[in-house]
Amino acid sequence: MADLSTNFLGIKSPNPFWLASAPPTDKQYNVLRAFEAGWGGVVWKTLGSQVKNVSSRYSAVDYNGTKVMGLNNIELISDRPLDINLREIAECVRLFPDRAMVVSLMADNSREKWHELIAQVEDTGAHGLELNFGCPHGMTERGMGAAVGQDPDIARMVVEWVMEKATIPVITKLTPNVHSVVPTGRASVEGGTNALSLINTIQSVTGVDLDTFVPNPYVAGKSVYGGYCGPAVKPIALKMLTTIAQDTVTSRVPISGIGGVSTWKDAAEFMLLGATSVQVCTAVMTHGFRIIEDLCDGLNNWMDEKGFKTVYDFIGKSVPTITHWEDLDINYHIVANIDQNKCIHCGLCYIACEDTSHQAINLTYGKPYNTYSIIENECVGCNLCKLICPVDSCITMVEQRKGDEYLNWKEFQRRGMPLNDH
Amino acid sequence: MAIRNDRLSTDEYAENFSDIHPPFDTREAALVEANRCLFCYDAPCIKSCPTSINIPKFIKQITTDNVKGSAYTILDANIMGGGCSKVCPVEKLCEGSCVYNLLNEPPIPIAKLQRYSTEKAIEQQWPLFIRKPVVNKKVAVVGAGPAGLSCAHVLSREGIDVTIFEKESKGGGLMTYGIAAYKVTPQFCEDEVNFITSLGGINIKYDQQLGRNVTLSQLQAEYDAVFLGIGVGLARQLEIPGEHLEGVEDAIEFIYDIRTKGYPAIPVGDRVAVIGLGMTAIDAATQAKRLGAKDVTIVYRRTQAEMPSTEVELNLAKLDGCGVIWLASPKEIRGENGKVTQLICNVMELGLPDNSGRRWPVETGETITLDVDMVIKAAGQIPFEELVNSNRLDHAKGKLLINDDCSTNIKGVFAGGDCVNGGKEVVDAVQAGKDGAKAILGFIKSERAKE
Repeated sequence: MADLSTNFLGIKSPNPFWLASAPPTDKQYNVLRAFEAGWGGVVWKTLGSQVKNVSSRYSAVDYNGTKVMGLNNIELISDRPLDINLREIAECVRLFPDRAMVVSLMADNSREKWHELIAQVEDTGAHGLELNFGCPHGMTERGMGAAVGQDPDIARMVVEWVMEKATIPVITKLTPNVHSVVPTGRASVEGGTNALSLINTIQSVTGVDLDTFVPNPYVAGKSVYGGYCGPAVKPIALKMLTTIAQDTVTSRVPISGIGGVSTWKDAAEFMLLGATSVQVCTAVMTHGFRIIEDLCDGLNNWMDEKGFKTVYDFIGKSVPTITHWEDLDINYHIVANIDQNKCIHCGLCYIACEDTSHQAINLTYGKPYNTYSIIENECVGCNLCKLICPVDSCITMVEQRKGDEYLNWKEFQRRGMPLNDH
Repeated sequence: MAIRNDRLSTDEYAENFSDIHPPFDTREAALVEANRCLFCYDAPCIKSCPTSINIPKFIKQITTDNVKGSAYTILDANIMGGGCSKVCPVEKLCEGSCVYNLLNEPPIPIAKLQRYSTEKAIEQQWPLFIRKPVVNKKVAVVGAGPAGLSCAHVLSREGIDVTIFEKESKGGGLMTYGIAAYKVTPQFCEDEVNFITSLGGINIKYDQQLGRNVTLSQLQAEYDAVFLGIGVGLARQLEIPGEHLEGVEDAIEFIYDIRTKGYPAIPVGDRVAVIGLGMTAIDAATQAKRLGAKDVTIVYRRTQAEMPSTEVELNLAKLDGCGVIWLASPKEIRGENGKVTQLICNVMELGLPDNSGRRWPVETGETITLDVDMVIKAAGQIPFEELVNSNRLDHAKGKLLINDDCSTNIKGVFAGGDCVNGGKEVVDAVQAGKDGAKAILGFIKSERAKE
């Protein structure tokens, strides 16, 4: 049994799985259910000045019959009275002292308001603070949320205000609605934040109702841009996470990874790319807190299999493997191979290659089953056929190096080596 | 033991003859299956459909809620795609070649999905097809079965006026008169025929039998071309003693009566023997059982390896409680007071393969005796040999001989379907009708060029 416990700036949790600041962490009832189910920690839904939410609030993107590939929301920060939230946070800390309790904050734009809010939250016994610089809707119009996170100077200033007052660890949550998360990440680190978390939701319109012609979610004949999350955003989150993990300034602080984590595999990927803890929301909103069981179990088994005793044995392990394109080895060459014993003759590899790639698959007519084979000379090793093949390991990519030595593009150009002739 | 009707309650009849392949209950249920479809390229299912329906395309259209487009994709290739979704032996056609079979996974329920799209189109009589401008050409079609209707629909879409001469009082042919009621209801058959004729330009004249009410020479004189889709008719006789006894019946007539007279009116025996093991034999055996026969036994002279029925159909009969005696060939039907009491069968063994490659059954010399009060003969149907002979049409034992372009030996007379192939599936007849229509269009064009 591997040790799943994490120590995030002194915030201890029995496993790296925290619930992200969102509806599931809005009140004591939910949070206690989450802790009973086994969650390692929560980031309490953002506290700030009193707001009012609308109905409806969510919309989703389904894909090929699978529900909620991505989820979109237009909900604001907690609309419950601050004193109730504070009382409940204290109660949760008291009942589950071994779990991480981080509280998300979004105060009005003044040093005093931030200081006041921090003092109130610290009184609950919470273990950490997360600054919501990311909410993309509703709060930005009031100069908060993403409006702060999109301007590094404002972010730095607010972090500095916070650090003047805070006595517990501070995590700054970054918005993805920027061309790069690094400038605000750097500004926050320079401003003194103890850690970073990312990503918040991505601004989106999930779709338009083809009967009413109004986009989703529908609020009395209108809609607004919402924040997109769930499995669909994971690749974007991983990329942004990696840029933070690779940057010389931002990589100095620990990272809590967020964005479409649904399974232990997703979590392992976030951790391999630099996250010390991961935060989950959409997956529990679609399946409930019970998913924590396999998150822990699956991660544990994988760690045992790989010989990792603690999560620190692999956090960040993959970060150095993402390099610059110019440094890739041009002599590395692979070609597809179709295992005829496994092929079910669906022709998907053929039509993809024929219509959209390199005409590297040969079709031999048969009734009813055609036979497909690779034309190795034409295959550029793009992976497309392997990606779309419905049969596990039917198509494999076989290494056929163009040369023994490592050769990158810069060297290739320097030597004046030949480009493609067709 | 006795033959009698009205054996069951109204509820029992309703239950026994309810739809054997129920449709999807909901859109969601259909989408679960539709989304499993891999959308194969040059798909094996298409190649295994005699009418080449673009199956992956119509299933993809279901997933995008384009049910209208889906119905068009199906019906454009097979105007009886609705009926075919209920009666096709898909386990040996489209679904039998679904690539999921190669993964040892259940194939896509193509027929059920096809029904999902077409049933709506037919029930609500969607105007999916539009006729081209009328071209002042007339074609006579003989037989409003799958071949004739399919031919008529293609021709009418091209602006040709079609008159169909049908000997029965309803259209649909064997779809209407020759298939088990739990597969396709008479009401559906009527709706399907109405859907086909709703295109316009197709006038069906009922109770018009070729050779009796109308002659081929009349049709030749009055129309620019003639398509014969007359099917096959008479049940093959056993040519054994006792065949005239009361209680011996043809399967085709038995099924016809069930579909035309209503379930309580149809008498069945307590102990029924069904001769043969094609689709019709299965339909007769299962329906005899469902009408209340206590004991139904299918008698077949070869083994399961040679049977024309599919395994799915055989299992249907077995699940209904019908027994099968393999390698038994009827020798004699015995009776008392003119009524059937026994069926004597020769016990057979398999000899050498015949021309078709099937091993030929030979007598062993032993016999078995079955105590029965009803014998239903389903040993195949034979073509209208006398009819085609009298019209000087070239034929082989009554089966019309046609050229590659569906033309007969008589100029302007074309043919297709069971009357040519001797009796295959509905879907084969639909394709034959399409082929015939294409040939007729070519013929009319070339004749016009000569004018």
